[in-house]
Amino acid sequence: MKAPPFAYARARSLAEAFDLIERPGARILAGGQSLIPSLNMRLASPQLLVDITRLKELATIEARQAGLQVGALVTHSQILLSAEIRQRVGLLAQAAAHVAHPAIRNRGTLGGSLALADPAAEYPAVALALNATLVLKHRRGERRVSAGNFFKGLFETDLRPGEILAAAEFPKVERCAFLELARRHGDYAIVGLAGIADASGRRIAFFGVGATPVLAEKASRAASLDAALEALPKDLDPAGDLYHSPATKLHLARVLLERAWTPLSKPH
Amino acid sequence: MDTAVETTLTVNGTTLTRRIEPRVHLVDFLRDELGLTGSHIGCEHGVCGACTVRVNGEIVRGCLMLAVQADGCKVETVEGLSDSRELEKLQKAFHERNALQCGFCTPGMLMAAQDLLNAGGKPSREEIRTHISGNYCRCTGYQAIVDAIEDCLNGQG
Repeated sequence: MKAPPFAYARARSLAEAFDLIERPGARILAGGQSLIPSLNMRLASPQLLVDITRLKELATIEARQAGLQVGALVTHSQILLSAEIRQRVGLLAQAAAHVAHPAIRNRGTLGGSLALADPAAEYPAVALALNATLVLKHRRGERRVSAGNFFKGLFETDLRPGEILAAAEFPKVERCAFLELARRHGDYAIVGLAGIADASGRRIAFFGVGATPVLAEKASRAASLDAALEALPKDLDPAGDLYHSPATKLHLARVLLERAWTPLSKPH
Repeated sequence: MDTAVETTLTVNGTTLTRRIEPRVHLVDFLRDELGLTGSHIGCEHGVCGACTVRVNGEIVRGCLMLAVQADGCKVETVEGLSDSRELEKLQKAFHERNALQCGFCTPGMLMAAQDLLNAGGKPSREEIRTHISGNYCRCTGYQAIVDAIEDCLNGQG
């Protein structure tokens, strides 16, 4: 189908973007790889699209202490190509390989995926596992929100009117595992796992199992794989989808947990 | 309400300026306004890959980009790459391997496959399949398409 009519404005600066998004019915357009399909299917009907894709200051990758700050407009393809991301935040690079297909990765962005908060998307779970900090800018300043507090519900985040997700800060982590089961490579996940391990322990997040990514706290704390597998139903209560029952999803989550356990358990 | 936006873009080497309604997708603009009907419209929500075109050297979905977003961009379609003979080897290999039947997916498939060839290296059959995983073909079962791309990678195209 074709998108409904709307007006379009390209922001030339962040200040101009803040003005534009306060207009009635305005929505931010970044890579558009989720927003434009929803327009085509008439699931969304904004009055104004504010195109922020030319704001270069939102497309940088910068070292922050041991970690990295990745701008919201960095595309999936750029994440895959970045040596810095591969070395410091390998989990993000691993996840990007599962996002859609090359033609979509060339336009879709990190910030778009995080701000949309699709429950089957990869980056929200990565942000949760890494306990990333999301930088939300407003004309009067910025807020820094941890991933655990950012994802509120189905397609619902802590972003407030007038705010733009500018960047995400990821700590450096060496041990990580990213696994995803999908019907076809690049499709949305049936169930996925993003996990890390450091001196303070494991943080294993699942996606495709609820309204938001879910941190499997009990399984993460378990002393053995058997204990983790047993604890997992206390962490996850997946709803079924068109093809998979809740029991199937839980089974598949256990399969991924088993596969991820060894890479997340090696001694330092 | 007039919401049209003056947009200047270069399509297959020709720079042009048009007033374009924001709701018009890039592929609709190319087909309806410029008559470049080689890029096809299948699903219109980014799944099938039939509308694949190149913007500033990178392949994109023509149905997931607004034409007004292409302002200042260099757009290349299957017609442009065909005329410049960039696709010549692939086209020959597709012909020889019978890598199309109805041909609806072929322009998008060629754009995706050429992107892989331009990246260099020696991808495996599995990697070829992954690269074209965003392009649907309902006739061939893909085997012949992978064969044709592999021929080009092996210098036999």
